[in-house]
Amino acid sequence: MSVEAPAGIALGRSGNPAVRRWQYLLFAAPALVAVFLVIVFPWAFTVFMSMHDWGVVGSRTYVGADNFLRLLSDSRFIESIGHTLYFTALAIVLPVVLGVFAAVVFHRSFPMRGVLRAIFIMPMMATPVAIALVWTMMFHPQLGVLNYLLTSVGLPPSLWVYSPTTVIPALVLVEVWHWTPLVMLIVLGGLASLPTEPYESALIDGASAWQMFRHITLPLVMPFIMVAVIIRAIDALKTFDTIFVITQGGPGTASETINIFLYLQAFAFYDIGYASAVVVVFFVIIVVFSLILLWARQRTLWVVDN
Amino acid sequence: MIGRMNATGPLAQVKGAFSVSAKRGFEVLFGKLAFAFAVLVIVSPAILVFLWMLSLSLKTEVENTAFPPVFIPGTLTLQNFYAVFESSPFALYTLNSIIVSGTATGLALLVGVPAGYGIAKARANGIAVLILIARMTPGLSYLIPLFIMFRFLGLTNSLTPIIITHLVITVPIVVWIMIGFFENLPRELEESALIDGASLWQAFWRIALPLSRPGIVVAAILAFIFSWNNFIFGVVLAGRETRTLPVAVYNVLTFEQISWGPLAAAALVVTLPVLVLTVVIQKQIVGGLTSGAVKGG
Repeated sequence: MSVEAPAGIALGRSGNPAVRRWQYLLFAAPALVAVFLVIVFPWAFTVFMSMHDWGVVGSRTYVGADNFLRLLSDSRFIESIGHTLYFTALAIVLPVVLGVFAAVVFHRSFPMRGVLRAIFIMPMMATPVAIALVWTMMFHPQLGVLNYLLTSVGLPPSLWVYSPTTVIPALVLVEVWHWTPLVMLIVLGGLASLPTEPYESALIDGASAWQMFRHITLPLVMPFIMVAVIIRAIDALKTFDTIFVITQGGPGTASETINIFLYLQAFAFYDIGYASAVVVVFFVIIVVFSLILLWARQRTLWVVDN
Repeated sequence: MIGRMNATGPLAQVKGAFSVSAKRGFEVLFGKLAFAFAVLVIVSPAILVFLWMLSLSLKTEVENTAFPPVFIPGTLTLQNFYAVFESSPFALYTLNSIIVSGTATGLALLVGVPAGYGIAKARANGIAVLILIARMTPGLSYLIPLFIMFRFLGLTNSLTPIIITHLVITVPIVVWIMIGFFENLPRELEESALIDGASLWQAFWRIALPLSRPGIVVAAILAFIFSWNNFIFGVVLAGRETRTLPVAVYNVLTFEQISWGPLAAAALVVTLPVLVLTVVIQKQIVGGLTSGAVKGG
């Protein structure tokens, strides 16, 4: 890349703010082209495909809303929505509760905090497929280390991912292990920004540690917790690697989430038009979910302001 | 927090008698112990899973399938690692992963760093939201149209389509982190350069860019790691010769169901570089992760 300026940007001496704004936007042009090619175009194309009966060899006929009507009456798809919501609810609540607790702990200074924090955030950087494999081995009902640990403290062994009733909580366990650190980092950032005055006056008033956490810390970091909840919700809704590697949606279809259903329709059954309709519905679900949570976040901000 | 409260809490101050000091000492000790226990509980799941992975990869198959499990290997062996590299072209897959993630990160920096600058300076929140939506969308939903497009263009069995799809991960991460970085950069230097007659491009290239090196390093490392970890694009698009490491590891699972040693060894080979990188640069990436709260795919 040379220091010589591209033609449009060379006009930087113009003092007009509106002109300058457009010049600054030129910096974003190459990225916008890339985003258009790999993100926006596929999007538009997906909507187009969702209205067709589209085979993998390229045969296609326009079918209007048929794919969407078929989804409505597809009990396997409806069930996958239920699995997704169940998985998502658990995969939001548990990491957030644990992550807030971990953040409160790591907010204090103690010996070796840096090293321990580095270890604590390692799971969120680890390759999900590799970790899923290790958990698959740990979940093994006869030889797995988890059942050994359960039985050695006197608890009954579990079937973990091999039973339709326990498969989703077991998968959530992996998700909790993976993503609690991200919640912790976000909330830790919030804790670092808190003022110290409310604590000082609470101490003078004789507040207990729990009272201070409940009535000062928690309301003040609530906006950060909501950010963590939103991010967790989006990531949990689209979890793929963990579920695909450990159960592939099984046993039966007990852990088949929307994302797994989508994968099977597209790349196992090659029913491209139908899969595209799933994408459209899935995206609507994600957007609605995000909007609800954003609205909740505005509410927490409002409460704090008062 | 509990420990500190007990140590300096109002109760201790009010009573303040001699008999209290012993009790207070006990409370401090108890608080410290409780706190140490909390730290242990929080950190141990991470340590234990990684140690178990290490243990499985260094043990013989007999010890790996023993019950009760053998935690400390009786005989250390590297046999599992040899098995992984002998039974499949793992070296090739490692090279594939380096090429894919390296190129996707490089291209993302090339377009993403100027974009982050432009968006930050123009306060173009609309574009920032577009990037955020890209972050929200499941990776699979890009895959169907791109898969069809690559088949149409005859771009199968090469690394090119995989690199292109990895841009879906790397470009938003880089842009998002760089927006945050450039917004916090002091603007006086650039403005005085502009007054002295520099063009916007020169102000960016000569002044803002050198100052933003720490941000670029963070963005590059995070983009590389999340591209390296990505599984979904590879599993759909990769052929026998073009697998990335996560896909290769997944294939070890399907071919050798019960062979735990090589499986754990393969898993370790994939994720160890990322873990080492995380520990080495953890201070720098913490800021990047929280500002962007990034995760690809």
